[in-house]
Amino acid sequence: MLVMAAGLLSLPALAFGADATPPAPVEYRDVPYVGSRNVIWVIAQLHLLLAGFVLGVPLFAWICEIVGWKGGEKRYDKLAKEFTKLLTSAYSTTALFGAILLFLLIGFYPKLMNYLSDIFFPSFIVYCILFLLETATLYLYWYGWDTMQEGGKKTFHIFLGFLLNFFAFFIMIIPNSWATFQSSPVVLAEGSDIARAWAATWNPTWWPVNIHRIIANVVLGGYICGAYAGIRYLSAKTPEERSHYDWMGYVGNFIGVFGLLSLPFAGYWLMREIYQYNQQMGITLMGGFLSWLFILQAMLIGVLFLGSNYYFWIGMTYRIPGSDIKYKKQMLAMLIALLVCLGIWMTPHSLVASMEEARKMGGSHHPLLGVFGVMSAKMTVANLMILVTFMSFIMYWRAGKVETAGWAKAAKIFMGLILAVSAIAVIVLGVWGYFVPAIIRINYFSTSQVLVVLGVLLTITPLTSILLKTAKTTSEMVWGVMPPRAGYSLVLNAIMIILLMTLMGYARSSSRVHWHVYGVLRDTSQYAYSPALGYASGIMALCTFLFCMIVAFIFWVATMGDKAKTPAVADKAGLPHGLPAMAGGSNALDEPKTSKF
Amino acid sequence: MKGALVTPVIVMVVVYLLLKFVVPIIPGSAPLPFSVIILYMMLTLSGIGMFYTLSKDSKDAFWGPMERFLTGDNIGGMQALRWGLLILFPLLVGWQTYSSTAVSDEPPGENRTIHPAPPGEYAGLSNPVAKTPDAIQQGKGFYAAYCSPCHGGNFDGKGPAARGFNPPPANFADPTTIAMLQESYLFWRIKKGGVGLPIEGMPWKSAMPRWEVELPDEWIWKIIMGEYDGAHQSPRTWE
Repeated sequence: MLVMAAGLLSLPALAFGADATPPAPVEYRDVPYVGSRNVIWVIAQLHLLLAGFVLGVPLFAWICEIVGWKGGEKRYDKLAKEFTKLLTSAYSTTALFGAILLFLLIGFYPKLMNYLSDIFFPSFIVYCILFLLETATLYLYWYGWDTMQEGGKKTFHIFLGFLLNFFAFFIMIIPNSWATFQSSPVVLAEGSDIARAWAATWNPTWWPVNIHRIIANVVLGGYICGAYAGIRYLSAKTPEERSHYDWMGYVGNFIGVFGLLSLPFAGYWLMREIYQYNQQMGITLMGGFLSWLFILQAMLIGVLFLGSNYYFWIGMTYRIPGSDIKYKKQMLAMLIALLVCLGIWMTPHSLVASMEEARKMGGSHHPLLGVFGVMSAKMTVANLMILVTFMSFIMYWRAGKVETAGWAKAAKIFMGLILAVSAIAVIVLGVWGYFVPAIIRINYFSTSQVLVVLGVLLTITPLTSILLKTAKTTSEMVWGVMPPRAGYSLVLNAIMIILLMTLMGYARSSSRVHWHVYGVLRDTSQYAYSPALGYASGIMALCTFLFCMIVAFIFWVATMGDKAKTPAVADKAGLPHGLPAMAGGSNALDEPKTSKF
Repeated sequence: MKGALVTPVIVMVVVYLLLKFVVPIIPGSAPLPFSVIILYMMLTLSGIGMFYTLSKDSKDAFWGPMERFLTGDNIGGMQALRWGLLILFPLLVGWQTYSSTAVSDEPPGENRTIHPAPPGEYAGLSNPVAKTPDAIQQGKGFYAAYCSPCHGGNFDGKGPAARGFNPPPANFADPTTIAMLQESYLFWRIKKGGVGLPIEGMPWKSAMPRWEVELPDEWIWKIIMGEYDGAHQSPRTWE
């Protein structure tokens, strides 16, 4: 009876239960005190930097392996292997951060992830398959290094390196499609899953970001290699170690500069596409509240250019006896040119001024310097800085040699003329750009400036290479005698490129303002606002610090086994005349001499 | 202080004098704000540091005297100066810290965004009025009536009422103003005026009237055409 009574009494509860509406789906979750957005920001940025490192290093290693294979220099092969060794641990760390990011995104932003999964599910499958292929190729590439050293096996190993980079490229561009979709979405209302995914993938900023990122990854890989070499150089105990790490630092800096020369072009293309896609987003980035980021960007890129050139110049004066006097004036002229260009690049359109100063200027635009604040001036000086840096490199390449070809004098005059005419052309186009409609400047003048500079690079590089094939070496290059500041400048360059990547990561994400998917899916969380630039700078610095610590840990773990072994003696194989610029233009490695700093 | 230290000091002084006193007297120029002077001075200092540390000899000549002075190694009669610097340096830092944090009657700088992003509904607009000589002429007439008192009959921001405004009215003849913008941007700014600026355009000090309450859209579009034509500029387009 009692049970029946209890049952009857509980019947109304069933009615209440039937009336209760199901709980609304969770759209956001948060982390107390820290904030979910900050956690995602740091993890995503670290994952991106690690991914850049993991995608940049195989490219770097593969190029070095090919140079060693073609030129017969074992030290390049050794360098390539040394960096591939890092890949296995770096690869797993990157995947680990990717997994953490994925779990956190699902946890913190279920609504957004549900939406993205609905659109991109087919590409998730492709991504997983690519990961399996990449992992298998990496294992074969690394573990097969020693056994695939001769003949056809070496060719196959080089092919594996190609495959590694091939799969890596697609592993990069698929997530790029997810990220760029958020900024410039293309949404099909109808169609199959694959058609919708494909349309969303091929959005207006996908390829500009793909190209920009692959170049940036090469730059990151090169400068991190340089920083590693710099630190090892500073702590080297023996002349052989100093010699080896000095040379490695040179190669890292060279590859970093090689990528850096083309990076502004790719960045310009990306910004152009963003502007064309959506004027509002373009203005937010370049004229609105994010425009100050581009002054910071100018400073960071400027320091990279200065740091890279400084390393070239210091290398000339220390490694090539007699060059400090011979090239002093040229170095001074190039330094002044770089500083003037950087000064213009860093001059904002609206100046930071007190009320009194603004009153004297007649507003926040200076009547004279205001012209430096727009793209025509920025593009001009960026191109000139690329030209100067290229000249630095050519000077380094030719230092310590005398051209013996009969046509050498004519070639040198021709190259000088090309450089002078190109520099004048870049300046004329830049000034002219103020007097033509914006579309003419963007579509014709700016692209012509880029083509002029590329033309210089593509003309002078092979010409110098041919010229140096028959050149006589007058001063042998001496490795291992660089002063400590050379090592520090390599470390500075690496920090600059990492900071630069964190800065641009913030710019790209913030340009969406209060949208998860621009104009399609609104951010309705408590974090639907753009953080102040000072606050953002703090997070960028934190990401840079954490990434450096992670990379240092990876290097430490990967080289732990080496410490038990005898330090490797630098390979002293001779370098054929005129072999590539990467070689630094010396034909032989002398016995490391006593340091003179 | 002698030898290699003299040239850098001269260079720094010359650059400072140029920026502080020579640039402002160039015709059409104005005094440079402190932020720009310090930026260029820092670049100059970096350049000096880089150049003088390129080789061992120049580095020793440049850094050697400073190192000897700071360490007190063999500096003879300059020992008193060294102690003076030791006392003076913290005092300078303290003074700088105090002056940058002390209450001042100087109003704070206004780092407002001059070109905030337009609202989405304006971003994609194109001028619906056909670009004919008549329309341009009409636009110039409207401009003369409504805009020229501030923006000037020569489109240079120097109208008779311009002197009363801070920030001053925009100079359309300057190739770095309206030539950088699409027509839709101008339509938004003219229509909504200073009160229609978004939050990123703070502080809202623009005295630009909200012309939508007085002028029909067609007139505004014609004014835009008249402005570009009169200032000899072209709007940003993508075609």
